[in-house]
Amino acid sequence: MTTRGFFGRRRAPEGMAGRLPPGQYYEEGFPVLTAGPTPKLATDGWTFTVEGLVAEPRTWTWEEAHALTPSRFEGDIHCVTRWSKLGTSFGGVSIDTLLEAVEIDPAATHVLAYCYDGYSTNLPLADVRNGQAWVAWEFEDGPLPAEHGGPARLLVPHLYFWKSAKWVKGLRLLDHDEPGFWERYGYHDYGDPWKEQRFQGD
Amino acid sequence: MTWQTATVTSIRAETPRAKSFRLRLPEWRPHQPGQYYSLRLTAPDGYQAVRSYSIASSPLEVGEIELTVDCLTDGEVSPFLHDVVEVGDELDVRGPLTEYFIWHGDSPLLLLGGGSGAVPLMCMLRHRRLALPEVDVRFVYSVRSPEDVFYRDELGEETALTYTRRMPEGWTGAVGRIDAELVQRVAWPAGMAFVCGPNGFVEAAAGLLMDAGYGPARIRTERFGPSG
Repeated sequence: MTTRGFFGRRRAPEGMAGRLPPGQYYEEGFPVLTAGPTPKLATDGWTFTVEGLVAEPRTWTWEEAHALTPSRFEGDIHCVTRWSKLGTSFGGVSIDTLLEAVEIDPAATHVLAYCYDGYSTNLPLADVRNGQAWVAWEFEDGPLPAEHGGPARLLVPHLYFWKSAKWVKGLRLLDHDEPGFWERYGYHDYGDPWKEQRFQGD
Repeated sequence: MTWQTATVTSIRAETPRAKSFRLRLPEWRPHQPGQYYSLRLTAPDGYQAVRSYSIASSPLEVGEIELTVDCLTDGEVSPFLHDVVEVGDELDVRGPLTEYFIWHGDSPLLLLGGGSGAVPLMCMLRHRRLALPEVDVRFVYSVRSPEDVFYRDELGEETALTYTRRMPEGWTGAVGRIDAELVQRVAWPAGMAFVCGPNGFVEAAAGLLMDAGYGPARIRTERFGPSG
């Protein structure tokens, strides 16, 4: 239905409209959305673990993770609350690099990312491989701010941004899909912004 | 859940920059206090803008919902709602949404709101008043100045206002940003706290709640970014 008197005034800048998935709008800021309080985490004592269906679980300290080959993402992010931020950049380590350090059980099909604040989110294993996912500790030119998930967050920019879990602590490899935090509250298990998979049933 | 076309049945100014819109829904569904609706505007060329607004009315008001909308100067949807929409206009909506920021009726209840963060908390207060008056509730409401108070006539003994920029003449209550003393005074030993407002307010309030003994599992937050 056309809305009486509405013509739109916040369209994406010239040439960028094609980068906005359906139902998203262009946002220059970086809004903060979190279900609970922001945890205060020191990098001393921070670890990241890959566990579950692997021959041997593997844990990295902050220093060990930073000694791995660095990797950057430059591109667009899309929040289910309908803002998209175009041309962002994040730095950290590719999930591929972490998975190369473990022996993955062939039965593994999914991962559950779990976090220091108790948050979790589920993803197909294939979606965190092949240059599609990172543990990110830099945003643009500086350290990732705590309110955006610092010291480190998962970054899976091809899915809605709730999949890019803040304050990430590890990945658990599973042989089934197990809904995470928002997915148990009605959000979609996969979350492809280009298919508008916002809620269960979309 | 599909989109439906609602009709605006009344518009009331809450403050110089906030209005409450009552919408009649052809397919009304009972909501839970804290939930929101998405609202979609469509231009003649098909361009659409969608934003989400919390429900302020109790689910006992069958057939209608009230959405209170703060007008953001550089926004797209909220200025349109403020400046263009009139009673009788039709608006596409989808909801109610979120299964998370919901009060299920448990007592005691603590509400901390900053600015337009009062909207979903008012839904909880109204629903308590109509359906669950035995629930113990406290509401801390942080506003910049006296003109910024939403739902002024409905705030009672449960509400502690704090004015961050300018207070009314003769005011003897709290002033300034929400602080440890204020939070200690209203904290309950059990039950949930719902915190809603701009991000800075929510960060501060949730931190103070944790200092006052609320574990993260007792705190639910809803934040507004610079969107609208």
